[in-house]
Amino acid sequence: MTQPLLAVEDLSVRLPPGADRAHALAGVSLSLAPREILCVVGESGSGKSMLASTVMRLLPPGVAPDGGRLAFRGRDLLALPEAGMRRIRGAEIGMIFQEPMTALNPLRRAGDQIAEMFRIHTRLDARAIRARTLALLAEVRMPDPEAALRAYPHELSGGQRQRVMIAMALALEPALLIADEPTTALDVTTQGRILALIRDIQHRRGMGVLFITHDFGVVAEIADRVAVMRAGRLVEAGPADQVLNRPQDPYTRALIAAVPPLAPRAARAPGGPPILALAGVAKTYRGGGLLPGRARVTHAVRDVSLTLARGTTLGIVGESGSGKSTLARCIVRLLDPDAGTIRLGDTDLAALSRRAMRGQVRRVQMVFQDPFASLNPRRRAGDLVAQGPRLHGMARGAALDRARELFALVGLDPAAMDRFPHEFSGGQRQRIGLARALALEPEVLIADEPVSALDVSVQAQVLALLDSLRDRLGLSMLFITHDLRVAGQICDRIAVMKDGVVVEAGPTAAVFADPQAAYTRALLEAVPGRAWIPGRPQAAAAAG
Amino acid sequence: MAILRRLLGNPAALLGALLLAAVILAALVAPLLFPNDPLSLVGRPLQWPFANPRAWLGTDPSGRDIAAQIFYGARVSLLIGLVATLIAVAIGIAVGALAGYYGGLVDEALMRVTEAFQTLPSFLLLLVLVAVFGSDITTVTVAIGLVSWPAPARLTRAEFLSLRQREFVQACRVLGMGDARIIVREILPNALPPVIVYASVVMAVAILLESALAFLNLSDPNIASWGNLIGAGRGVLRTQWYVSAIPGVAILLTVLAVSLVGQGLNDALNPRLRGAAPVKAVP
Repeated sequence: MTQPLLAVEDLSVRLPPGADRAHALAGVSLSLAPREILCVVGESGSGKSMLASTVMRLLPPGVAPDGGRLAFRGRDLLALPEAGMRRIRGAEIGMIFQEPMTALNPLRRAGDQIAEMFRIHTRLDARAIRARTLALLAEVRMPDPEAALRAYPHELSGGQRQRVMIAMALALEPALLIADEPTTALDVTTQGRILALIRDIQHRRGMGVLFITHDFGVVAEIADRVAVMRAGRLVEAGPADQVLNRPQDPYTRALIAAVPPLAPRAARAPGGPPILALAGVAKTYRGGGLLPGRARVTHAVRDVSLTLARGTTLGIVGESGSGKSTLARCIVRLLDPDAGTIRLGDTDLAALSRRAMRGQVRRVQMVFQDPFASLNPRRRAGDLVAQGPRLHGMARGAALDRARELFALVGLDPAAMDRFPHEFSGGQRQRIGLARALALEPEVLIADEPVSALDVSVQAQVLALLDSLRDRLGLSMLFITHDLRVAGQICDRIAVMKDGVVVEAGPTAAVFADPQAAYTRALLEAVPGRAWIPGRPQAAAAAG
Repeated sequence: MAILRRLLGNPAALLGALLLAAVILAALVAPLLFPNDPLSLVGRPLQWPFANPRAWLGTDPSGRDIAAQIFYGARVSLLIGLVATLIAVAIGIAVGALAGYYGGLVDEALMRVTEAFQTLPSFLLLLVLVAVFGSDITTVTVAIGLVSWPAPARLTRAEFLSLRQREFVQACRVLGMGDARIIVREILPNALPPVIVYASVVMAVAILLESALAFLNLSDPNIASWGNLIGAGRGVLRTQWYVSAIPGVAILLTVLAVSLVGQGLNDALNPRLRGAAPVKAVP
């Protein structure tokens, strides 16, 4: 048997006193063979990133390993002095991070940052360094390596920045690449290309890759072997096919069952007459210089016309910059549309003054993306929910009674109304946001990426809640998402947006089965792990 | 309460709090220890400290009791510090909140005014105000407040600029909340902690400004203030240095106390120093 590239034996990492648990990692044993991609998958707080940080010895202050062994090519990394660790970092173990914007220095050119790897670790002269940097940029398939050499990070797209990061990590030909959620911040089509790139380079160079992710779709796409973590412990590990299709541990099974299949939901009866009708809506941002010629003009939304039938859910799907969030904000008039009409029943919301809009807000409410930022940290949960009714004239006592009912409705304990937002988990916070929107008994609910910040198991619960509330309260819902799996779960119809334009709209099943626009096809093809059907391990086993 | 406990758990902040408590105590007990007017004559001028049991810190060039002036001076310094800080922070928050929340033209206009105040040295402006409007204690206090607001305004504006982008503010607008309510009830409580911390700096500077005015004989001569005492000792600085040194030490300790408490407050309110929650390693 060959020596493993990375062997983790019974590794424990202690957290400082007062943390929510004593150990970030407790007795984790793993091994990574050369030329292998090991996916460590888990929900937030599972310790998967801590594992990567421990290998690189980049732990935050107060956190330290207190047991076990960590061997890289037979050398014990835990016993290595800091100077020895510095020689390993970058040279023998490369790392790429989740957010390429913050991992790159915004004031230095991309080429310089890659070249720095050579300047620190090698004695190459400037000309050789430049040649190597160019070759790397070509290897990560930057569209124009010469231009990328001189570009500042803000001049590159998210995917290109991640390619620069990968080039940096690969510069010294490390034997092991650690990738910590490298595609989470990227759009789905970009994610597909980056995954293919990592897989391709791993194959060509024969590297080992430790790939940290929360996304089972990504796991299905890239993993040779999978390790599932939960609360600092290893739950299950094995070959990808076995863990994905024949999971043994109940937790793994529950996680996989929570992954929405890429399939349209069963069709429901078509809804009633349109309740919300958008016609020719446009929004343009103007920024930049004072001189008219220098001003930057962005057409965020261009001539969008859509209708939402009463009692149904319309999904708006698109990547970042497609204008889907701008459109949502125009409907609730957080932004003022430049043109078009937004008819809610027989009222044109787009034509209302701000004051008149305040009288109409109770008819259309919104749920926001970020469960941390969307609740005022200094207000109690009950007050947050009661706020809307009180603003519209309800007495405090009655509003709090209403809030109590809503807490029960969204599945929260009404006894928790006196707590502050930080005392709730992300999923619970999103329920508070939902209760706040429902408190005004809106006719239309606009949900802007309401589950994209949540763990997959919590995401499934919140989606189920939204769906059941829609049925029970007869809500009409506009559901904005970048995730086609999620859209398939909840939407009756979907509209695909790109660069501010609706490129395709129709019943979810029809769009999934027979996409008309080229962009829709590209989106569907880019969904990670689309060949793998979660929740149906038997079928997959039979097919395989 | 957790904040208070954290504040007093910090040795420097605890020292500051004790010093500040001592100054406040001195201000409170002044009329009990010295029932007579602190500006009345008690004996021969320029007696050294501990030479005369009736004036144990000595007398100034006019023969007034230094100890009485120190104790009464604590009241003046604290009062000026508090009131001027309140004025400065109130103006600063109003200007900063409006500029930060509305942005655009409102922001441009208010920030240009703020810069106009900032480019002028504040002590110079204070001298002009006192020269024009006279130097009774009310005018001096208001004038100090009027020259100290630009920094709190900039701080408040910065906080508002980042907070108004947050989704909870958008959520309030979606609920149909008016701008005034959003500014005062929703954003301001979140923007306040750094401003409160900065208020301690404003207060320390306000006390120093009053002393500097008094040293130039431009503060209210009819009250017993530390600055007045330093001003009185100016002519005998080389021989009877204690006349200026004693109030000087009092000012030093008070400003130090306010700064230490402010610094401690900053540490206590700063979430990054709170506990040691498991933070993801940042490259």
